[in-house]
Amino acid sequence: MTIKTLATSVAALALMAAPALAEVDFSGKTIEWVIPFSETGGSAKWANFFAPLLSEELPGNPTVVVKFMPGAGSTKGANWFQEQEYEDGTLLFGSSGSTQFPYLLNDPRVRYEYNDWIPVMATGTGGVAYLNPEDGAKFDGSANGLKDVDLIFGSQGATGLDLVPLLAWKMLGMNVEPVFGIKGRGDGRLMFERGEATIDYQTSSGYLSGAADLVAAGTAVPMMTWGALDENGMIVRDPTFPDMPSFKEVCAATDGCETEGVAWDAWKAFFISGYPSQKIAFLPKGTPQDVIDTYTEAFAAVRARPDFAEISSTQVGKYPMFVGAGAEKATDEATTVSPEAKAYVIDWLKESYGVTIE
Amino acid sequence: MDLFATALPALADAWALILQPVVLGYLVLGVVMGLAVGVFPGLGGIAGLSLLLPFMFGMEPVLGLALMIGMVAVVPTSDTFSSVLMGIPGSSASQATVLDGFPLARKGQAARALSAAFTSSLFGGLVGAVFLTLFIVVARPLVLAFGLPEMLMISILGLSMVAVLAGRVALKGLAAAGLGMLIGTIGVADAGGSLRMASYDFPYLTDGLQLVIVGLGIFAVPEIVSLLRQDRSIAKDAKLGAGWMDGVRDWFANKWLSVRCSLIGVLVGVIPGLGGSVVDWIAYGHAVQTTKDKSQFGKGEIRGVIGPESSNNAKEGGGLVPTLLFGIPGSGSMAIFIGAIALLGSGDIEVGPAMLRDNLDITYSIVWLLALANVVGTLLCIAVSGGIAKLTTIRFTYLAPFLFMLIAFAAFQSGQNFEDILALFAIGLIGIFLRRFDWSRPAFLIGFVLSNPVEKFSNQAFQIASFRFRKSFEEGIDYIFSPIVIVLLIVTVVSVVLGLRQAKTIMAEGEVQSGSKRAPIVFLLVILAYVVIAVLNANAIPDYNMTDKIVPLVIGGITLAALLILLVQMILRPEGDTIFADKEMAGEDADAPYGLWGTLAWFAGLIAATWVLGFILALAGFLVTFLRVRAQAPWPKTLILTACGLALMCVMAGALNRDFPPGLLQHAVDLPWPLK
Repeated sequence: MTIKTLATSVAALALMAAPALAEVDFSGKTIEWVIPFSETGGSAKWANFFAPLLSEELPGNPTVVVKFMPGAGSTKGANWFQEQEYEDGTLLFGSSGSTQFPYLLNDPRVRYEYNDWIPVMATGTGGVAYLNPEDGAKFDGSANGLKDVDLIFGSQGATGLDLVPLLAWKMLGMNVEPVFGIKGRGDGRLMFERGEATIDYQTSSGYLSGAADLVAAGTAVPMMTWGALDENGMIVRDPTFPDMPSFKEVCAATDGCETEGVAWDAWKAFFISGYPSQKIAFLPKGTPQDVIDTYTEAFAAVRARPDFAEISSTQVGKYPMFVGAGAEKATDEATTVSPEAKAYVIDWLKESYGVTIE
Repeated sequence: MDLFATALPALADAWALILQPVVLGYLVLGVVMGLAVGVFPGLGGIAGLSLLLPFMFGMEPVLGLALMIGMVAVVPTSDTFSSVLMGIPGSSASQATVLDGFPLARKGQAARALSAAFTSSLFGGLVGAVFLTLFIVVARPLVLAFGLPEMLMISILGLSMVAVLAGRVALKGLAAAGLGMLIGTIGVADAGGSLRMASYDFPYLTDGLQLVIVGLGIFAVPEIVSLLRQDRSIAKDAKLGAGWMDGVRDWFANKWLSVRCSLIGVLVGVIPGLGGSVVDWIAYGHAVQTTKDKSQFGKGEIRGVIGPESSNNAKEGGGLVPTLLFGIPGSGSMAIFIGAIALLGSGDIEVGPAMLRDNLDITYSIVWLLALANVVGTLLCIAVSGGIAKLTTIRFTYLAPFLFMLIAFAAFQSGQNFEDILALFAIGLIGIFLRRFDWSRPAFLIGFVLSNPVEKFSNQAFQIASFRFRKSFEEGIDYIFSPIVIVLLIVTVVSVVLGLRQAKTIMAEGEVQSGSKRAPIVFLLVILAYVVIAVLNANAIPDYNMTDKIVPLVIGGITLAALLILLVQMILRPEGDTIFADKEMAGEDADAPYGLWGTLAWFAGLIAATWVLGFILALAGFLVTFLRVRAQAPWPKTLILTACGLALMCVMAGALNRDFPPGLLQHAVDLPWPLK
């Protein structure tokens, strides 16, 4: 017994955290924000950005620590979160497009159910596709001139966020050959810079920090953005890049590309899940309303900070940050896809890349 | 010239930024924290940096940089402690150091090995910084010249070091490397997502095995078990011979080796996507090839310590180039570093192509903060090395339970699964038998480390090359046989030829007697069985996912051929041939008072108890039982040591915000931390 007591007291010393009993007051508590990825990814950056801000706005100013639970392409962490029940409101989970896509595609590893979770905040991003100067010269707002060009693209895998560009290029009738197995979009850009890849895309922040310089230097030509969602759920030009056409415009201008029908619906569903509602913060099932409200208010207060636009520019850019009901709607859009659209994507993945999800 | 007109003032600005007392204070603070984290195997820079992240938000940029760089810079320095003293590779940067550093410690020359290693680290760090100062402004085109074929060739050059480290029977070295590569392919393939030797029903293996676990299993577990069986201190006769001044003298006598290895370190570090995994092996191979008397390698050759240690700190400097210029992290800690920079100040420092143009002074500050952190860290390490070296004179039975504790904790941190500890045990078993039968463990590890790069780069390079060939034959040839590729190819061939000639004199496992046929043949058959299953498994992948099956098939085929030839040789040759090397026949292991399985059972016991009770309760029971029963320690000593061990774990985990492996008990009952 002595040892156990000793260990416990040492632990208490190390933690220096005593449980408090007040209602929705997190004084002295530690909130764990679990991210199902490693310390090195984009979600880690995202959570680390919001954690100190959230801590300032929650009642009692609890310490918010980010915990990493990587594995199985984030399904391990999500499966773990599925089994968590509400305890005292000190658990938060961060999901991303890489967690949402396997769910949409009926990946066998998925044992989680988004409908059980309670979204409190969501942020998104956009994406920009660009070409090498030689092939970029053939782009005139439509992809008609690019149909008989072979292009190479450094890809992280067809079932991840790269699904959206790959499907878009396919719908435009372009012949893009993905080279799989790269780690991170930065590697893709490097491959493009080395001239090994001839087409690439970056998320908005990646484009601004890396690829925009290439465009300025004339070694890359921007093609299109994926667009952004307006309040009615329509795709409009990306507010960060108002001068670039969206995929919807390019598709409309290109022969054989339809902005309605099953292919379009499939693309749109995965686009929403991967970009405008890419990262979502959840509370576990069974969380009482007052705790949900506390978190919603805290995130709203973060968003209302006078310096928020400035400090968040590399995190969320000019895209809306959704809180409360907005986050719920965003989650809904990010995690629902019609059975036809789902079947279309699964078929296409199997046919084009031999990817089977069973 | 234009370039230097902007570079020089920026350099002056950088020094003005760095040389403020408060900046230096933060740097020292970072270094001290880095040392505290880094001496624990398997934690290293990532854990430390994540700890600092919450404080980075809005911090004065240069202060935040000083703190973070102080912490990152000393990890490849401080992990030398565990590699040299305990034979535990603390991180991928210090695997090669184990080969000669640990034998030196066993000879009672730990202080000498440590100070030689630290001096080399310091020097390597400084050479790296000087080189980078000149190089960073012109580095961009060079980095872009390294395409996929070039990276593939560098990985193959690293793999060719297997030739040097293959041991007395070259085929055994080849088979060990092949087995390492095959084990490296376990899990979901990067390219097409096929499963190799894994199943979604047992999700642990789908992510593959972590380097930390394989490194600990292959090097640390066999040494710990062997020493524990012998029941003595690490340093023979518990005496410390040479002191730390000798190490500094050793470094001075080999300063040119140190210069060359530093440059190798910076240059390989510059290439994104390769990082630290090959550098220390290439440096070690270089040290071997440039040494006249090779007979001491693997038994405690100081050049085998100086080479890799000079390169691994220089590599950190080189790694800044892709990180800062392209925004592409060369390692996990660099990835966090990039993320943290975005949080600093008003968030306007953005790593990437604009870094040199907009923030050259910050870039230079980073380079030189890294160099300064190296100096501070090295001086601190040398100052304490004499004292810490005394650990090697303690009776090992008192160290072993704590080492089991540390490696189990380190393994768990890599993925936070209970299976991590099981995997450590399984790989440890492989390591024990590789060591016993004199199959090169370094070759196995090199194979494992380079398995993924070789597979990835060869698949991608093949795909792009065939794309180019479709355009025109000439364009394809130009792509594959660039001047860099040709130079690397020549270097590789030369190093394989020389390596094979020298391999017989380099005994990574020391002298091993040969014995009867049975045990070595049984082990060979077990490996053979695994390789056959792995090849069949890879062959079952459908052909449209050729990228996922070709490398396991080719590697498996070569390994299979090597194993079959070995089998024939074993059948034909008489007992007592070198091919039947077996440590249990004669020597330290054979004379050890304790048996292998009984000793291993202690570790297995800790794991089994963890599965039931969770780590901390299991550890408490394990420490008490071990110290009472195996070490025969009196009760007061047992309790004090146990309390110290538990306290250390709790404070470490608490400070780093880490959990312990839970057991069945924790699933049934809610317990407070650290018991949960």
